[in-house]
Amino acid sequence: MAVIEIRDVSKWYGDFQVLSRCTTTVDKGDVVVVCGPSGSGKSTLIKTVNGLEPFQRGEVLVNGVSVGARGTNLPRLRAKVGMVFQHFELFPHLSITENLTLAQVKVLRRKPSEALAKGMMLLDRVGLSDQAVKYPGELSGGQQQRVAIARALCMDPVVMLFDEPTSALDPEMVSEVLDVMVGLAREGMTMMVVTHEMGFARQVANRVIFMDQGRIVEDTSKEGFFGAPESRSERARQFLSKILQH
Amino acid sequence: MDLDFGVVGGALPYLWKGFRYTVELTVTAAAGGLFFGTLLALARLSSLRSLSLAAAGYVNLMRSVPLVLVIFWFFFLVPLMLQGITGAERPPQVGAERTALLTFVLFEAAYFCEIMRAGIQSIPKGQLHSAYALGLSYAQAMRLVILPQALRNMLPVLLTQVIVLFQDTSLVYVISATDFVGAAAKIAQRDSRLVEMYLFVAIVYFVLCFTLSRLVKRLQSRLAVVR
Repeated sequence: MAVIEIRDVSKWYGDFQVLSRCTTTVDKGDVVVVCGPSGSGKSTLIKTVNGLEPFQRGEVLVNGVSVGARGTNLPRLRAKVGMVFQHFELFPHLSITENLTLAQVKVLRRKPSEALAKGMMLLDRVGLSDQAVKYPGELSGGQQQRVAIARALCMDPVVMLFDEPTSALDPEMVSEVLDVMVGLAREGMTMMVVTHEMGFARQVANRVIFMDQGRIVEDTSKEGFFGAPESRSERARQFLSKILQH
Repeated sequence: MDLDFGVVGGALPYLWKGFRYTVELTVTAAAGGLFFGTLLALARLSSLRSLSLAAAGYVNLMRSVPLVLVIFWFFFLVPLMLQGITGAERPPQVGAERTALLTFVLFEAAYFCEIMRAGIQSIPKGQLHSAYALGLSYAQAMRLVILPQALRNMLPVLLTQVIVLFQDTSLVYVISATDFVGAAAKIAQRDSRLVEMYLFVAIVYFVLCFTLSRLVKRLQSRLAVVR
């Protein structure tokens, strides 16, 4: 069953087209990695899924509900879609536990005690239960990102979106975040991940989407993408050879 | 010149009454101004063009007219407006003190609006996105995520504005409201002790404002460390 359906989506900033007739589907349990050069529209595409980026043409469905339709209750839809950002975006004026419980209490109307229990369970899961009373500014980047993942999981999302979750991290912190994501993927979480971490893609993705200049150039199985080079588009080949050089 | 500061001692109860009104006016105008100023700031930043234009118009008008004129206007206009609303035969008596409260709240709202607008714009857009992504509504995102941070970032500027406001309230003497300066002026004229009274008032203002601004400075450096 499709959790996300992106149908023929186009978006313009004035005259400049950032998304051009993008179509793809993410099924339950899929781990889809979206890659491509910077400015190719990957982040914009993933942000159309929870309505953070409006688009002018096409349709995006999450669990069958249209994101762009007038009558759609966007806050309710977003509560079901977890999102992790490049710059973590924890709320700096709230403690870690408050970050974890805020939306559970205010959006899902859970009891504070229930929300706290859930938050602590997920904080433990990302290995940070000893940091509960701290503030985001007191944590390292990798720790903040793990809290951000726990915060999104607190909402019991049907799908998790990751927008370059490791790009702003120091190299030695990348793996602690990727480990959490690999664990999630292995548990069967449906995920759409914008990343340049090809190791992650090889390890757990079952599909890879390659974008260039606002278009989905390739949408293929992992084996297809990393396997036979001759089956890939010229642009994807160039991109892969550049990022896999080192 | 003979200076006789004995006059100050005798007038203290009356001066104290005036001073309390000054503080009341400052606190009310700061609280009300911050509240309405924040609403105005949200309106100015709204994507609804008519709303943001209306808010901008109000703010620019208030900020382009001298405060003394605004006080005069409200003193004469508020009774007439109330008459129009209630349909009374004669303009109701509002009194200088209450008119001043209303005037200062509405006037300060324009200044607090600009401070809060800058504060809201200082918060990275990702914060709003992540609040939305968690399912918070616009009102929740503002109330729980954006405004607390904006307020904290702008706290030194807001307090400085309150100090300016505290000094500005002395302008209510033009409508004969008895604030601290007004009380002192009345005693000064009654007893012909202008120099003593105005000197005393000036010293009180100086000590208070100087102390407060030192405190703001310390707060500022502490906030800078936290961030």
